[in-house]
Amino acid sequence: MSSAAQGVSVPALVPETGAQGGLTEQELQTLNKPARSGRDTAAMVAGIVGIALIILYCVIPFYWMVVSAFRLPSDGMSTAFWPHPASIENFKGAFQAKNNFPRALLNSVIVATVTTVLTLLFGIIAAYALARLRFRMKGVVLAIIIGCSMFPGITLLIPLRKMFTGYYSWFPNWMNTYQALIVPDLSFGLPLCVWNLTAFFRQLPVELEQAAMVDGCTPGVAFRKVILPLAAPGVFTTAILTFIAVWNEYMMALTFGVRPDMKTATVALSQFTGTTGFDTPYGSIMAAGVIVTVPLLIVVLLFQRRIVGGLTAGGVK
Amino acid sequence: MSTAVAQTSTTEPKRKKNVFSDGQGTLAAMLISPTMIVIFFVVLIPILMTVRDSFYLKSTKVDPTTGMLPTGEHYVGLQNFTDAITGQLESVHGAWGSMPRLINAFVNNMWFTVVCVVIETVLGIAMALIMSKAFKGRGLVRASILVPWAIPTIVSAMMWRLIFQTGGVMDRIMGSQHLWLGDSVWSQVAVVIADTWKTAPFIGLLTLAGLQTIPAEVYEAAKVDGASAWQQFTRITLPMVKPALVVAVLFRTLDTMRMFDLPYGMIGPHKYYVETLSMFAYDEANNLRYGPAAAYSILLFILIVIVAFLFIKLLGAELITDEDVIALREQRKRQKAMHKKAKAMPTITSGESAT
Repeated sequence: MSSAAQGVSVPALVPETGAQGGLTEQELQTLNKPARSGRDTAAMVAGIVGIALIILYCVIPFYWMVVSAFRLPSDGMSTAFWPHPASIENFKGAFQAKNNFPRALLNSVIVATVTTVLTLLFGIIAAYALARLRFRMKGVVLAIIIGCSMFPGITLLIPLRKMFTGYYSWFPNWMNTYQALIVPDLSFGLPLCVWNLTAFFRQLPVELEQAAMVDGCTPGVAFRKVILPLAAPGVFTTAILTFIAVWNEYMMALTFGVRPDMKTATVALSQFTGTTGFDTPYGSIMAAGVIVTVPLLIVVLLFQRRIVGGLTAGGVK
Repeated sequence: MSTAVAQTSTTEPKRKKNVFSDGQGTLAAMLISPTMIVIFFVVLIPILMTVRDSFYLKSTKVDPTTGMLPTGEHYVGLQNFTDAITGQLESVHGAWGSMPRLINAFVNNMWFTVVCVVIETVLGIAMALIMSKAFKGRGLVRASILVPWAIPTIVSAMMWRLIFQTGGVMDRIMGSQHLWLGDSVWSQVAVVIADTWKTAPFIGLLTLAGLQTIPAEVYEAAKVDGASAWQQFTRITLPMVKPALVVAVLFRTLDTMRMFDLPYGMIGPHKYYVETLSMFAYDEANNLRYGPAAAYSILLFILIVIVAFLFIKLLGAELITDEDVIALREQRKRQKAMHKKAKAMPTITSGESAT
């Protein structure tokens, strides 16, 4: 940039140097470039080291979980940095009959899927209204929704526990049912879903619907045929975020699913018992942890751009 | 179509409360009411029940008139709160000496919140700064940052429990043995480490999003003016990421205040060095003492409301970014200011003479 500007302002100089020293335009440019100082190199090295540190910070504890899962059960608490010999005995241990782990995984899938579908059904239309329509009390509605996502779960858990255990004669006993696992999760799943979707819908240009309506679509048809297909990535991301939030939920599941066949995966793995019933079988717990986490991680890593976008859209703007 | 137009025009004068009510209210109400109904049933009703329960206690004394053991509960006013605060129920020994269990849980809660959030914020900002400067490995770093976020808290609690075992890998790295999982100051440290690991990257991610909105020209101008790197950080970077950062920190603060899974899974219940309000209330509910449990959870709820309020008022956390709502708020502010002005200065001429 600066060399070109000089060349323009002092046109006589350039051909002169070119003739005298035999320098081409290209060589001149390289000469005009500021020499790379030691400071720049240091900054670059520091950057690479910093990046490496962040990656190690995030991954090493997880690595420890994976390594511990692949040890022999008898090496449970070994501190060797590499499983030697590697084995899949712990995974077999996690799937022992007494742990009921396959059923727990199925429960988690059912609860998370149903909650996600329900929140999307309610959330999509609400978010569309919040993003596109103008109405009174909009500020209040937004405040209620964001307020719900800040809520301490324990405040909800106590009356729900009282209700679901058959304390009140007007409410059926819901302990160990799917509805008792799903309904409380709506309390945080729905606000999360509405908030994220509102941010996504707001990013879509309003002109699209206007064009559709000029072409004779009703608002409903414009929404279905124009907006929904365009918002599909946003809906998909929101679905993943909600699914993960419900999948990771622990306190409600711990309270409302106590029978072995109604535990979710997170609850089941935290209650694995060893051979004597008192020792903690860390190997199989870590193996179960890997099983619970890895499918999520694969999805998250596949769609990392979208998920980061979704997280920041929900939180920042 | 024509009837709809006619309808809106006839109802307009009556219903038009502000500039934005232009006849979309009915549609909006239809679309939003399902969500609001769900929230009403799964959030509002339980809260009201908790508030009610917090003033009641299960009757345990024999009824003198009938000589029967009563099964119901009776109104006790604020007794659930006062009994817990004065330590009538039980006194525990935690990190802060012997004190009522509620106070201990409260202090733990505040202590964890402050320590965890401060460390997470500093680490998060540092991570965001490094990531924003990096040319290589951005995708890799973003992928790895999502790992702690995606792991369920209870799984990470079990993972850290293994790491902190006596004679475990943490002891091996540190070359000394500590009772990380016992009931000691070390268990507090362990909880802080585990919580920071899981959430600092998340703050980093949100801060990075804020950093990327700062135009490079601002830094170039600062460099030309001779600003040092530190000055650039405190005068440009921090003020400009503040909106994103404050929201991220607010969410993290509220999340840490209701912490349950991590200390419960990692250290366990009835460990008073790490017991939080959520854990205490959960334990009381497990013992079927719903009244006190409700009282403690309401206390946590009030705390969270206060903290959220302070963040919004003092730090200016901007949660609602809807243009209509902001415009309306501005309009109200202006109207208020105008009213005030009109009251203070009855006529324009006097105002002019005053200035």
